[in-house]
Amino acid sequence: MCGSWCFMQIKVNERSYTFEENTAAGAVRARIKPNADLLIVNGFPASAETLLNNDDRVILIRRGEVPDADELDALLTARHTPGVHESVKGSTIGIAGVGGLGSAIAIALARTGIGHMIIADFDIVEPSNLNRQQFFIDQIGLPKVYALRDTLVRINPNVRVTACHLRLTPANIAEIFGHAQVLAEAFDQAQQKVMLIETFAARFPDRPIVTGSGMAGYGPANTVLTQQVANNLYLCGDGCTAAAPGTGLMAPRVGVAAHHQANAVLRLLLGYNPATEEK
Amino acid sequence: MEIIFNGKPREIQASISIQEFLDQLRLDCLQVVVEHNRNIIPRQRLAETVLNRGDTLEVIHFVGGG
Repeated sequence: MCGSWCFMQIKVNERSYTFEENTAAGAVRARIKPNADLLIVNGFPASAETLLNNDDRVILIRRGEVPDADELDALLTARHTPGVHESVKGSTIGIAGVGGLGSAIAIALARTGIGHMIIADFDIVEPSNLNRQQFFIDQIGLPKVYALRDTLVRINPNVRVTACHLRLTPANIAEIFGHAQVLAEAFDQAQQKVMLIETFAARFPDRPIVTGSGMAGYGPANTVLTQQVANNLYLCGDGCTAAAPGTGLMAPRVGVAAHHQANAVLRLLLGYNPATEEK
Repeated sequence: MEIIFNGKPREIQASISIQEFLDQLRLDCLQVVVEHNRNIIPRQRLAETVLNRGDTLEVIHFVGGG
């Protein structure tokens, strides 16, 4: 229709290139990175024959190769829904407590490419944490926030982590999380959860809090929900199953609740209600 | 008088504070977050905050674990 002078803009590993219309993904690979063995178009693995359209995003990956810093950001998020990473890489979130909930929330959001995480916890890694918390045997004895920061940087060096090894109190919460757009509550004790929410909400009433309550035991994962329980408060959990004698905390269900929380944080950053389909 | 308590209409005694209402429900205020007319109320203000007709009150109970 437009002769031989019709071109399209394609982003390849997050850099812009111009190709003739109807270029196939394989031809892009031949020009930019012939040794790539993985081809991803708009967040999904594609064949070499896939025809590209203007504004498509192509990621070319050579398995086993550690990319340079410029490419790494794009490659880490190659399987994201396009646009998500751009929206979250400028975001700052807070995580209060990095035990079973907080460590899993942090890892999920580091993989998502959140720009800046403020993590705070007074505790150190103990053997009894390893049944559900995202730490390793060689981290036993380290402050949890420093151990977790090391892990997060190993996953995604582009995430900035502010690690605060201290006990959060009404006197320091507003200062520590002053830049957090969204706060994830990830404490163990119910009274501490309440203290954190009251303190943060009093100082920053317009900023959402995502809290966890009720994830002990091995009851059905399907009873863990994300609910809006107040104007700016979203609760993830079954709401009732406390950690108690006879009802322990274990990786599967704690992980379910933590990932509800991480998804709620992500939805809030993208402008969606965590609990409904609403924007 | 009537307020909306946890999403449902509820008849309560007139001119009582949130703290008195929680006491009547035998709720431990150390384990609940209270939202009054869409604002979260710190526990030190529960006793001084009086409920009025038509107010909305959400009481969210928390359990331990994380």
